[in-house]
Amino acid sequence: MKIRININGNWREDDVEPRLLLVHYLREVAGLTGTHIGCETSLCGACTVLLNGEAAKSCTILAVQADGAEVTTIEGLASNGHLHPLQQGFWEEHGLHCGFCTPGMIMASHQLLARNPHPTREEIRHALEGNLCRCTGYQHIIKAVEWAVEHGGR
Amino acid sequence: MATKILGERIKRKEDPELIQGRGHFVDDFKLDGMLHMAFARSPHGHAKIISINTEAARKAHGVAAVLTGEDIKGKLGFVPCAAGMEGLKVPDHPCLAMERVRYVGEPVAAVIATDRYLATDAANLIEVEYEMLPAVTDMEKAIEEGSPLVHESFGDNIAFTAKLEGGDWKSIEGDPSVKVLKQRLINQRLGPMAMETRGVIASYSPGEDTLTVWSSTQIPHILKTQLSLMTKIDEARCRVIAPEVGGAFGSKLNVYAEEGVACFASKMLGKPVKWIEGRRENLAVTIHGRDQINDLEIYYKPDGTVVGLKCRILADMGAYHQLLTPAIPTLTALMILGCYDIKNVAVETIGVFTNKMSTDAYRGAGRPEAAYIIERVIDMVAHELNMDPVDVRMRNFPPPGKDITLATGVSYDTANYQKTLKKVLKLSGYSKLRKEQQRLRKKGKYLGIGLSTYVEICAMGPSSRMPAGGWESGTVRVEVTGKVTVLSGASPHGQGEQTSFAQIVAEELGVPYDDITVYHGDTAQVPMGIGTFGSRTTAVGGTAIFYAAQRVKKKMARIAAHKLGVKPGELVFEDGKIHTRDGSKSIAFKAVAEEAYFARELPPGMEPGLSEMYVFEPPNYTYPFGAHVAVTEVDEKTGEVKLRNYFAVDDCGRILNPMLVDGQVHGGIAQGVGQALVESLIYDENGQLLTGSLMDYAIPRATLFPWFECANTETRTPVNPLGVKGVGEAGTIGSTPAIVNAVVDALSPLGVRHIDMPLKPEKIWNILKQAAPGGQA
Repeated sequence: MKIRININGNWREDDVEPRLLLVHYLREVAGLTGTHIGCETSLCGACTVLLNGEAAKSCTILAVQADGAEVTTIEGLASNGHLHPLQQGFWEEHGLHCGFCTPGMIMASHQLLARNPHPTREEIRHALEGNLCRCTGYQHIIKAVEWAVEHGGR
Repeated sequence: MATKILGERIKRKEDPELIQGRGHFVDDFKLDGMLHMAFARSPHGHAKIISINTEAARKAHGVAAVLTGEDIKGKLGFVPCAAGMEGLKVPDHPCLAMERVRYVGEPVAAVIATDRYLATDAANLIEVEYEMLPAVTDMEKAIEEGSPLVHESFGDNIAFTAKLEGGDWKSIEGDPSVKVLKQRLINQRLGPMAMETRGVIASYSPGEDTLTVWSSTQIPHILKTQLSLMTKIDEARCRVIAPEVGGAFGSKLNVYAEEGVACFASKMLGKPVKWIEGRRENLAVTIHGRDQINDLEIYYKPDGTVVGLKCRILADMGAYHQLLTPAIPTLTALMILGCYDIKNVAVETIGVFTNKMSTDAYRGAGRPEAAYIIERVIDMVAHELNMDPVDVRMRNFPPPGKDITLATGVSYDTANYQKTLKKVLKLSGYSKLRKEQQRLRKKGKYLGIGLSTYVEICAMGPSSRMPAGGWESGTVRVEVTGKVTVLSGASPHGQGEQTSFAQIVAEELGVPYDDITVYHGDTAQVPMGIGTFGSRTTAVGGTAIFYAAQRVKKKMARIAAHKLGVKPGELVFEDGKIHTRDGSKSIAFKAVAEEAYFARELPPGMEPGLSEMYVFEPPNYTYPFGAHVAVTEVDEKTGEVKLRNYFAVDDCGRILNPMLVDGQVHGGIAQGVGQALVESLIYDENGQLLTGSLMDYAIPRATLFPWFECANTETRTPVNPLGVKGVGEAGTIGSTPAIVNAVVDALSPLGVRHIDMPLKPEKIWNILKQAAPGGQA
């Protein structure tokens, strides 16, 4: 099936199998491997991207369902060589160890700050409940989001 | 003035690529002509394979090959076990099952196809006829006479029996003041659950006869040796690369069947073969952790002195040994006395085969079990004697000092357990908490305060006591331009040693941190190495780098001295310069680097070049320790446990980067809390894995935790010149018993002495219900 998707500001057209998952499309077809696959069941959040501005788990969406949509991946977050405040926050506050969950964490945090620019710690924990991290114990991730809030938010 | 860098909070070198999605994990690599592999796996815990029909799979679209046990027989070696102990039974462990399957998920056939979807489609077409055999999943049943046998040829299910005894048991025999308490503790099976599942790409080049393997591993060098032995490809022609590795926690400290099959298939087909594990596979067929039954006899005196500890450890091996499976519970025995000077000890460890996935190293690897045992023991003694658990701990600690040898024969490098305990009591406001607890108890509320004062064995380790060498290599190479390349044989995967290693070298050579690049994980680039596990990377690998930097420094000082007409001993390395102490003579670091390679005015007889390797052999392990306090609330209506506060004081020796230490401690605490409260891998009696997906196996989420309040003490170790002990596993070892002690403490007014993990609401609810007036006791 032919699909047309805007990824990080650029439209592209591809002919894909109907069963191709969006995450595989992004990684294998578009070559953007920053979006990771942790479970293929929407439970871990590693594959979180923005679909028309909303955080979505790309492992349980078919690529064809994203036809006509705008997708933002972790690769599209920095602009003009400047890190996004969330990316910078994760760096400043040691919000990652192995970095595998990080793209999903950052995209989910992006969604949170879009809805709630000044979240409490409890609200950050709640917003990231759909994203698993096995390394950090989450505390430095919360500090990373707080850093982003203090430095220009989303 | 030189900028101080060692010991400072420095941002990580690892992060820029990872926060932009530019890091490369195994699944991110695409090679020309690459094929994809999928497995058909056993749906049964124990069965005889009658026949395998691969015809439909072979004919399926895109399929390049289908492999079964028959295809690899005699051609691909067994999955290796490096652990060796007297009388250990080591079953043959083929990469694809032959004749029998012994656990759910055991690989039976592999399909290699042009695309991962097609490989999976074809794997589903493989028809296997099985004859069901009785399975055994309960360790106690497995050691009974007449139990179904996991490996018939062994005659029983006992993999090994090991004894550790120390002290003089006769000295307490017949002492009327000594009381005895018996208790069984169950340390449940867990899934390590790195966020990146396992994955491998094997690429055999027929022309060159070389094998290159990208694997999500903690041990690229060991993996290279083992894959060479398994595939019979000359080791000098094998290369293993551990790219970015998305967490491991011990689960990638292994050599797995799938890695062997990928290499075999690539050699057979002359094309790269990729296999990426799915999450359900990860739960079923990546090694599991823990799974012990501990039967305890605790000997103690009315003043709280614990005078003896006996323990029978039943340790579940699973169906086969992976790399270190049988070695793990021996660490439990070794560390069973924790940080207490208990004069008499007797431990019998029995490794048991069952129809389950193998256990092996999972964060802490045998030591969390030991810490759990001894920290529960101390609290149970406190409970029996109606003493404060702080007092029982203080009474049994050895005095602060060096080389403290316990009845187990273990000699702790440096210790000051009193200091960490006092510090955490202050940090947590312990006495205030106890008062609050008293007030709440009067209102019928269950507030629990749990302590844990753990010690662990780290920086693994002296080669004489390791299965395959315990040293680590470090290379420091100053390039012609004065930039510095650092190579480590360790293989960190999230711990942040690119950062701490660069700090070590920047401090030693007096060059900017940004001028240093650290590489690890590629056996072609790093000449030799062991890997990252057992909290060894900084203490052993960092020390190797420290000594290599000193060697480079020595050579540079000789070159600089020759050029400046001074003695090498007069020179200081600072701010990119090499100068005399009084500053009168100076030369740029870069100029000396250039001279080393251009070699025009080298001191007579000196070899050109500026690269030094050092292989550090640690003289002993290190023994980090700490004191944790958990505060829990138990909801009297639902039985839900809420972790309200968590305080941790850890002593990992000298701290090179406090940010990294905090990160390790937080992550460790979270995993330990996971075991205490929510995690459990459960098999039914037929060997079916009942918790085989993330829907059924609970991984702690952000909402499970309070804000961790952490602090440190720094008791340096003399085992290495950096004074560092290691911190990778500390939090996990310390937190599990603190949580359980807190919940038992909360419920102690109901007469509760122990509750087995995980402390899920239904379990607690039942206890509350039975204790309630009119409840069913």
